[in-house]
Amino acid sequence: MRTIYILWIRQLKRYIRKKATIIGSLGQPIIFLFVLGFGLSPIYAKAGGGDYIQFIAPGIIGMTVLFTSMFSGVEIIWDKQFGFLKETFVAPVSRLEIFIGKTLGGATVAIIQGCLVFLITLGAGFRPENLALIPVAFLFLVLISFLFSAFGNAVAARLDDMQGFPLIINFVIQPLFFLSGAIFPLKDLPVVLDFITKINPLSYGIDALRFALSANNIFPIWTSLGVLVGVSVVLVFVGVYQFSKVEL
Amino acid sequence: MIKIKNLTKKYGKITAVDDISLDVEKGEVFAFLGPNGAGKSTTIKMLTTLLKPTSGEIFLDGCNVAEDPNKTRRSFGIVFQDPSLDNELTAYENMQLHAILYGVPKKVYVERIAKLFRLVELDDRKDSFVKTFSGGMKRRLEIARGLLHTPTVLFLDEPTIGLDPQTRNHIWNYIKKLNEEENVTIFFTTHHMEEVERYGTKIAIIDHGKIIAQGTIKEIKERASVESLEDAFIKLTGKQIRAEAGDASKNMMRTSQKLMR
Repeated sequence: MRTIYILWIRQLKRYIRKKATIIGSLGQPIIFLFVLGFGLSPIYAKAGGGDYIQFIAPGIIGMTVLFTSMFSGVEIIWDKQFGFLKETFVAPVSRLEIFIGKTLGGATVAIIQGCLVFLITLGAGFRPENLALIPVAFLFLVLISFLFSAFGNAVAARLDDMQGFPLIINFVIQPLFFLSGAIFPLKDLPVVLDFITKINPLSYGIDALRFALSANNIFPIWTSLGVLVGVSVVLVFVGVYQFSKVEL
Repeated sequence: MIKIKNLTKKYGKITAVDDISLDVEKGEVFAFLGPNGAGKSTTIKMLTTLLKPTSGEIFLDGCNVAEDPNKTRRSFGIVFQDPSLDNELTAYENMQLHAILYGVPKKVYVERIAKLFRLVELDDRKDSFVKTFSGGMKRRLEIARGLLHTPTVLFLDEPTIGLDPQTRNHIWNYIKKLNEEENVTIFFTTHHMEEVERYGTKIAIIDHGKIIAQGTIKEIKERASVESLEDAFIKLTGKQIRAEAGDASKNMMRTSQKLMR
């Protein structure tokens, strides 16, 4: 437990000490929120969808969490390049503890970013439907963060080069994001698209956020919970296996 | 203390370490020498559980390294050839992180960290970020960190690389003192032969993955029938300049890190 704690706190310290990154990484969600939010809202309203900001805000929060947590995997590659990973790998601790510590660290950073973006959406006019469900939204924010942080770490475990990781991650993130229902409703879609969005775990995460924040979900909430927890468990197994194969 | 039996490491067709056997007794200051790319770091990585041997066995303080890695990890400290500190943390935070990874109780580590900081003369800089440290300071911090969990063996992979004579002298005096007072076994690699003559008790020379000579410094010099260890080393390993093993990008990285110190 102390191992997990110290690795977690290390990542938080590193995050808090880089103030420029905190501000900088809010840029993308703000652009998406304002450009898409205000740009598409007249059409969306005309099509009978209602207030687009109410629809897209949970999607933007989900996007922030997806990007931040997946990219947190790059820390493992930094640690390899700067040698610090060796220090953790010669220590008498299990690979599971290292993996969980790192994943929780990345997840916590993503949760903070997600909360910051939530505050920004409030500024853009978003109003949660039911304040009592805010804790539920938070729970799902945690689950999404954990899942994709584990994903990023599992990918990073066996990679050595810093240029390669963003390329691979972008290649994974873009389809995950665009095919998740973050920016359009997952209703009446062509068969292929419908299938892809249903095997994308992020769809369930964003749908659950929408359940809690906009009262506008299509999957049953328990299904979303089950999918997120199930996929996370699988990713932890994969990640720990990958870690056990790392030779430095 | 360290027992290596028929240790081999292969990367595909390349044999980095070829069937080596070694015995290091408790309390020794053992120098593991060889030209670049001879297999020194690969051997140290196998000794310290970072690499799995292709074949052969290693016993460290009675523990089988391959069978019981976690127990082995407790018994040694290591200073790597390349830097391994977290630059974004302070010196104290680096030490604290190490203590917690090794399960040292808080009461013990607070005192021990303070003591080690005094020993390596960094106590006035303990709350500075490591990124502001000079190469020598980082090295001293790494040595202090390697000793934090009171290991019985200390591995030093080129501990004095890129350091000025003052810092080198300082670090070695400290290592020697530690070896004499706490009976810590030292296993180190270096390219400075005068360091070996000054501080080493026994040596082994590895080349092309094979041990080509081992014994006391006197024995090696007699065998090569020369006056200095440097001459003996060159006589035994030849005059040819070696390429470092491994892939080019990794070596570039290593070189630039060494220069950055």
